[in-house]
Amino acid sequence: MTGRADGGLAASGPLAGGVAEAEYTNGELQTIVAARSLAGKRSCFIGVGRPSTAALLARMVHNPKLVLVYESGTIGAKPYHVPLSIGDGELAETADLVVSVPEMFNYWIGPGQVQVAFLGAAQIDPQANLNSTVIGEYEHPRTRLPGAGGAPEIATGCEEVVVIAPHSKRTFVQELDFRTTRGDRTTLVITDLGVLRPVDGELTLTTLHPGVSVEQVRENTGWDLKAVASVAVSPAPTSEELAALRELVSR
Amino acid sequence: MAQLVSLSEAIAETVHDGDSVALEGFTHLIPFAAGHEVLRQGRRDLELIRMTPDILYDQMIGVGAARRLVFSYGGNPGVGSLHRFRDAIEHGWPRPIEVEEHSHAGMANRYVAGASRLPFMVMRGYTGTDLAAHTNVRPITCPFSGEELMAVPALNPDVAIVHAQEADRDGNVQLWGIPGVQKEALLAASRTVVTVERTVERIEQRPGGVVIPGWVIDFVAESPGGSLPSYAAGITQRDNNFYREWDVISRDREQFQAWMEAHVLGGVTA
Repeated sequence: MTGRADGGLAASGPLAGGVAEAEYTNGELQTIVAARSLAGKRSCFIGVGRPSTAALLARMVHNPKLVLVYESGTIGAKPYHVPLSIGDGELAETADLVVSVPEMFNYWIGPGQVQVAFLGAAQIDPQANLNSTVIGEYEHPRTRLPGAGGAPEIATGCEEVVVIAPHSKRTFVQELDFRTTRGDRTTLVITDLGVLRPVDGELTLTTLHPGVSVEQVRENTGWDLKAVASVAVSPAPTSEELAALRELVSR
Repeated sequence: MAQLVSLSEAIAETVHDGDSVALEGFTHLIPFAAGHEVLRQGRRDLELIRMTPDILYDQMIGVGAARRLVFSYGGNPGVGSLHRFRDAIEHGWPRPIEVEEHSHAGMANRYVAGASRLPFMVMRGYTGTDLAAHTNVRPITCPFSGEELMAVPALNPDVAIVHAQEADRDGNVQLWGIPGVQKEALLAASRTVVTVERTVERIEQRPGGVVIPGWVIDFVAESPGGSLPSYAAGITQRDNNFYREWDVISRDREQFQAWMEAHVLGGVTA
């Protein structure tokens, strides 16, 4: 993940019931909103970084039975620490089962045994297609990105795809430099400014984080972003969510 | 039957200039010591194959040992870019490198086809992405249902090298923890080397342990700590700090070269 979403943007929001306002960053809120999206879900495929933090937070606060699946082959991992890599030893030690890479993709991901996937990307277009391959021309890239990894088959195998990305014009582009991963199954895009959902096949602003304006989101989007008629506002983090998140990342 | 030899002998016997070589390990049991030995022996023009080229392949690419890279994810997991990998692709330093890339599912199935000695495997994937046009896959129609699927060609490396926890005196090997794609890589390759943390009198199969019989392995070499800064579950710990430090060491060409000279090449002219 980039550092931008954590960068300084201190925000504050009113808590339910007139409790004193709590200070939090938009990056923290992004993680908390992502964690909330896993309430009631059966299983979630996750990569490292913010998605992993969000999924662990979901298990702490919303959904203790959520099955975490990492592409290293660890199914039902219950790590205490946010892992640095998808292969950290703690994932295998705490998993319900550990499978080989061919089994992971052929038996579990491809056939849709995993319900939700959290993905990130360097670029996302209005149809939620993702680029994690190159910036610039393929043969002579300006920036060579890591490549596809598991994303293409995860995005077509899992029922629902949630994209977690920093909101900027560099990331939200009209046209991808390379289409690595299809966006057909994307149901949510959670950024540090708000939440987009597909409406008639195009990502549309449906929710703003507290203190963010529609204009601000549009200024940070590389296409003419539509917004639904009545844009909702993300509930500010509860004290329970914030405390759990901070305790988690301090481990 | 596997021969138990020294690491330098195992590499000298199996890896030659121009070979296609898979040093596998999916975020665990990455055969660093063996890869470093390949570099110390001065091998060049290699076709390096690996699902997740991480720091080891960054080092091998950075010293100019590779002419081609076949892979599915080239990043420093949880940290960011592989700077030597990027420098080779973006600027041709220290030499231009050809790439063939796939998705993880595509690479895994290529190894499965290779291990099965079948020409290809069939999967759902690549359709609707730009990958299909830039790599070696072909659409295929299911002869039963008519469904359009994708065929990925078998991967049969000249050499596969993996790291495991233990071997017995007959060269039977056991690894446990995240198994990755090592068994498939070994069974797909023409020549094979397994480095191990330790030699034991007798292999006792563990729950979740992957046992590979010595009669499909050419060479077994003891190499304690041979997967560090990656790890061997139950024996060594992943050095997460080194993965972060590598981001700094590898950013600058001269700093990278000095580090490799001091820590890997050790005065050998590569």
